[in-house]
Amino acid sequence: MANTSKSSCACNGACTDAVWGELDEFIACQERGRNSLITVLHKAQELFGYLPVDVQKHIAKALGLTVSEVLGVVTFYHYFSMQPRGRHTVNVCMGTACYVRGAKKVMQAIQEQLGIKKGETTPDRRFSLTTQRCFGACGLAPVVMIDNDVHGRITPQKLAKILAKYE
Amino acid sequence: MSKPRMFLLVPIDANTVIAGAREVKNRFSLEIGKRGLAGEAKVIETGSFGPADAGVVVAVQPDGVVYGRLAPDDVPRIVEEHLVKGRPYVERILPGEKPPPPPESEDARHTQLHGRVVLDNCGRIDPDSIEEYIANDGYFALGQALTAMTPAQVIEEVKASGLRGRGGAGFPTGLKWSFCAPVKAREKYVICNADEGEPGTFKDRLIMEGDPHKVLEGMAICAYAIGATRGYVYIRGEYAISIERMQRAIDAARAKGLLGRNIFGRGFNFDIEIRKGAGAYVCGEETALIESMEGKRGLPRLKPPFPAQSGFRGMPTNVNNVETLANVPAIIRRGAAWFKSLGTAGTPGTKVYTILGHINRPGLIEVPAGVTLREIIEEYGGGMQSGSFHMAQLGGTAGDILGREMLDVPLDYDALQKVGHSLGSGAILIMNESVNVRDFLHACLKFFHHESCGRCGPCRNGLHVLRDITGRLKDGKAYKDDPGLMQEVALALKSSAFCPLGQSPAAPIMSAWRYFKDDILSGVDSNAARPRMARSLRADLSAAI
Repeated sequence: MANTSKSSCACNGACTDAVWGELDEFIACQERGRNSLITVLHKAQELFGYLPVDVQKHIAKALGLTVSEVLGVVTFYHYFSMQPRGRHTVNVCMGTACYVRGAKKVMQAIQEQLGIKKGETTPDRRFSLTTQRCFGACGLAPVVMIDNDVHGRITPQKLAKILAKYE
Repeated sequence: MSKPRMFLLVPIDANTVIAGAREVKNRFSLEIGKRGLAGEAKVIETGSFGPADAGVVVAVQPDGVVYGRLAPDDVPRIVEEHLVKGRPYVERILPGEKPPPPPESEDARHTQLHGRVVLDNCGRIDPDSIEEYIANDGYFALGQALTAMTPAQVIEEVKASGLRGRGGAGFPTGLKWSFCAPVKAREKYVICNADEGEPGTFKDRLIMEGDPHKVLEGMAICAYAIGATRGYVYIRGEYAISIERMQRAIDAARAKGLLGRNIFGRGFNFDIEIRKGAGAYVCGEETALIESMEGKRGLPRLKPPFPAQSGFRGMPTNVNNVETLANVPAIIRRGAAWFKSLGTAGTPGTKVYTILGHINRPGLIEVPAGVTLREIIEEYGGGMQSGSFHMAQLGGTAGDILGREMLDVPLDYDALQKVGHSLGSGAILIMNESVNVRDFLHACLKFFHHESCGRCGPCRNGLHVLRDITGRLKDGKAYKDDPGLMQEVALALKSSAFCPLGQSPAAPIMSAWRYFKDDILSGVDSNAARPRMARSLRADLSAAI
């Protein structure tokens, strides 16, 4: 079941048998059924980087849910993604505090520097670009989060230097 | 070993970690060790005590000196000058900051110094040490409730304290508990709502990062009062440090027998689990949060039945905000009368705010309820950073926009209601003239439009219309009837949307209209004409109606 889509999948080699095995182990520790769904999806996204349909089918079967139920939940929450992500995710805060401190300009600068728009990934799979409502780091507005690092008081000038740190 | 004579408090939280707080902390330990001061000076990792904009912050106690914007290379100088020679290193002192009292001093055991109830431990104790929490009267209130009070007495005490929900709506907490308590069920649940999604609000995050045990203790007391056996903390997936520290706190409490079976030997069983949110603003609404915990799309439920009757898994459930629960231990320990002596008659106690925007010292503050906006800007925010006060938004994106006229209104639930406003979630965004109100409104509406869950028509369609109108106003291309239409739709949403998400955009819109009418009208282009609907479509529509 797990290996069928390996060749056609865009996971950058992330979906090895070991990763599928880890997911199955995790599911085995959870209570079967709906209540565990979001917890399992969090884990799956951590393992695969995103949630391709094959992974969703697998989870649906393991938890005794329909695929449409799983898909419905995945598409509802911003945190879950069905698109393969780049190696690094650039997340621009668009909350009001960042907005009044120039998030719009920062977003423009990032789009120019990376040559992609919101929701897209650079052709070399280095960066994906998304936005967020608020990270709760408003004291440092405007804020950009790259992977798990928060960068505060971003100016368009500072950006190039920061982005260069992520290979 | 001798008792340390000096304490270096280093807040490690989401804001300071980026600035390199961990490196600075390690360097301090290293330098202190090098100079053989290890027995005299103690470096303690804490949560935030307030400043959110000052880089790496370190408070040295009992000297009461706060350093800011530190780099690891500043550390040797500070150790040399301050710790060895006893002369504070003035170049890096952060002006105007009041440091938290030292962790082991007597006067620190009570909160008078700061007047802090919720944040009294934040920035002072190591959040990962249950011993330090216990040494500061931690879990005393739980013991008191379990051994000396009946569940009904606990509810009475919370009711008498006048504590109101700090998530935004301000519903009396004791009353909420009393709805859930008498319901008979196989199992009941306590849920701590830590899905802090209101843009500009991060108080709950810093409470959980600075003093996680206080939240757990509040949950346990609540569970005892309403007869619940299981608790859940629903935390935003993005709050990595909060999740880690809360989990470690749960593990530590379990190891000490403060969670689990037969707590304090009184036959009371209660355990807590963390659930990660997945990023949906609407999940801050309690029934949507419950749906999400059940693994579904976070769509709000029809009320009644209220969660107190039928919530998580159809069982009676009590949902409270982080800050609300963090107030509970102090109320039980020190009594309702003491709590009422703080704040105002309508809103006893304190309020935690995050203050942001064009002020000198943005950050986390806890002030008695009833303090005015002007006082917050001048005394706590260090004044305007640039320009003069233009407007403020109270309580995140769903909050009211206030003009200059409101600078002196006391911030409590009742006083604000009297002038037609509400307090909201605890974010205060201060703006100078550089922010255009039409631009700002459009940003708010884009947010709501994006977050609408799509369950009900008014919200799904109404926010679309409002987003377009504010967009035209922002560009100065609005039709003549747009400002009127905007208010009409906003009010229609307020009265017909299914949950607070759809109802609340009326707050920024109507309040902006109240104070900045001329600004909004300046977005109207008198030459622009609304495109006429095709005749055939109009005929179809009227036939359908």
